[in-house]
Amino acid sequence: MAIRNGASMAGYKHGDSFSTADYKHISKPGLSERVIREISAFKDEPEWMLQQRLKAYEIFKSKPMPKWGVDLSGIDFNKIRYYLKPTEDQFSSWQDVPPEVKETFDKLGILEAEQKVLAGVKTQLDSEVVYGSLKNAWSKYGVEFLSMDEGLKKHPELVKEYFNKIVPAADNKFAALNAAVWSGGSFVYVPPGVDVKLPLQAYFRINAQSSGQFERTMIIVDEGAKVHYIEGCTAPNFSANSLHSGVIEIFVKKGAQCQYTTVQNWYKNIYNLVTQRAYVEEAGKMVWTDFNMGSKATMKYPSVVLAGKGAKGEVLSMALAGADQHQDTGAKAIHLAPYTSSTIISKSISKGGGRSSYRGLVSIGPKAHHSKNTVVCDALLLDPESRSDTYPVDKVFNSQVEVQHEATVSKIGDDQLFYLMSRGISEEDARKMIVNGFIEDLVKKLPLEYAVEMNRLIDHEMEGSIG
Amino acid sequence: MSSVLNISNLQVNIEQKQILRGVDFKINSGEVHVVMGPNGSGKSTLAYTLAGHPNYEVIDGEVKLDDQDLLALSPDKRAQAGLFLAFQYPTEIPGVKVQNFLRQAYSARFEDQEEKQFKSVLAFRKHLEKLATELQVNPELLRRGLNEGFSGGEKKRLEILQMAVLEPKFAILDEVDSGLDIDAIKAVATGIKQNVENYKTGILLITHYQRILDYIEPDFVHVMVSGKIVESGDKTLVKKLEADGYQKWS
Repeated sequence: MAIRNGASMAGYKHGDSFSTADYKHISKPGLSERVIREISAFKDEPEWMLQQRLKAYEIFKSKPMPKWGVDLSGIDFNKIRYYLKPTEDQFSSWQDVPPEVKETFDKLGILEAEQKVLAGVKTQLDSEVVYGSLKNAWSKYGVEFLSMDEGLKKHPELVKEYFNKIVPAADNKFAALNAAVWSGGSFVYVPPGVDVKLPLQAYFRINAQSSGQFERTMIIVDEGAKVHYIEGCTAPNFSANSLHSGVIEIFVKKGAQCQYTTVQNWYKNIYNLVTQRAYVEEAGKMVWTDFNMGSKATMKYPSVVLAGKGAKGEVLSMALAGADQHQDTGAKAIHLAPYTSSTIISKSISKGGGRSSYRGLVSIGPKAHHSKNTVVCDALLLDPESRSDTYPVDKVFNSQVEVQHEATVSKIGDDQLFYLMSRGISEEDARKMIVNGFIEDLVKKLPLEYAVEMNRLIDHEMEGSIG
Repeated sequence: MSSVLNISNLQVNIEQKQILRGVDFKINSGEVHVVMGPNGSGKSTLAYTLAGHPNYEVIDGEVKLDDQDLLALSPDKRAQAGLFLAFQYPTEIPGVKVQNFLRQAYSARFEDQEEKQFKSVLAFRKHLEKLATELQVNPELLRRGLNEGFSGGEKKRLEILQMAVLEPKFAILDEVDSGLDIDAIKAVATGIKQNVENYKTGILLITHYQRILDYIEPDFVHVMVSGKIVESGDKTLVKKLEADGYQKWS
């Protein structure tokens, strides 16, 4: 969403954070046990959740900052506000939205009505009716699609069973932080055998409040069920805080399928540190499609734990790193059972001195005989100042497996540019074409409207990049 | 309307080494000119220079398309003015779909000609598929990445299809016949002749072999040796070259 927690854009200047003067419930900057108790009390949570939070907070304190990946020295935990709840009436007017944001919206071809929602001017789109009818259709089949807070209220037993299960608080410092202060995110439950044909996206696009700085998402796809969940959009993602640290836990039961698509374009002051993992049972399939743009630094390695015989996992990711940005992204595939297979395709584009890194772990356990893994890593560098690295790690404990790696680094060739230009296409358009072509096989995995926006966003990013 | 491509005293360096040493000739609309010559004589340099490749440095001379100074234009502007180059080795551009690329190229070529614009993407695709069928290009290729994984023959046929789509005033064909079997050569020759008939395209055909000239009758034949045109004549010159080679000029 354009604005996490619907922050006001009044008085916004380039590079500023948003004024939070209008917020009703706001914790003071800094983290303490008191702040965590306050959050939990405000949400009227069960005692066990408070205890989980407090335990996670202890873990968070005990863990050092990661020394690898991106430079995190700019994060000051004492300056971050850990819980913000906007008032209902604080949204500013459309005139207050900065022109550069409006321009990007226009370039992306987003309807003005929707732009207003994305910019946080309105809380809800006029298509409330549409959402209402979708909601009815889902509930007819027992599909639950709620905010995580609602999910906890309505299905405490399910949340308790699965919370922190695949991403334990002790996994890493930021997972611990999220478990301590989480707020927002989605809860999805798909009953056995139900095929949710329409991607769960419309809701997300019209409900800014379902996401937050520390959102927590839990998706349970029961046996033989099928769902595609999409979060975010290509519009610039503004935020009052400079830290976004989410956790996503997905459980794919026997024979079930889940695709989780992220399209994010964070503002350039944001540290985007997300832990997302899926646990896949027998003959289940998990697909992560992950498009990372913007932010100051991103660390994100969608993971699949292939726990049941014949389980499949795919991680398809695209990262674009521009000036002063570092995208450290990749994937993990953990094969625990026989006949499991995983595919990791990573494409990165670096420009204007930006840096992108692929970091991957493929682990094939002793029981995972007849398993297969393929990793394809392609990097495109748009200028000599930009940088790309790969850090692949393979741990293979079984000899009856196939593991394949391919990695390429390419530049936009003079020959490619000349060829396109000799057909009457301008240099700028030729560059756009080549970059869009580079990610085409990933973009086509997106629903059409997202694919179109993605191409436009790449075009927008490429504008003025000749020089 | 008839056009003229006029090349005079064209001198070109590559990496400070002079390759073209004063090339002169003139092509009128609808004429087919053939340039033959030994390896390294500068034929491909002539082709790339006309299309505006940045590695080729023009040190003297002039190239005019009617009143327009082509050498002052960037490669895309030359193409929009009506010049086309069929490459000897077409470049692969992964993920850029042929039909999308050609639609954009077509729009750029005929930007200021309202009557040439297609009403919809579908109308353009229909036109493209019709041309592809005529030129024996597998329509399935139109939905693939540009030259991505194409065979040598498929690439050359696609060059000719691109020429047919862009309806150039003048086309330079750099060894479009090399490496092709006889059926492919016939198809390429048919494509060239159609362009000449339909759009009065003036052709500059660079070739090593007589074979393609069994299917296209040239109006003029030029012999290029060491960066200069050393002899020009009609199609009978081809027979002489086949018999005697380039010995007498070297």
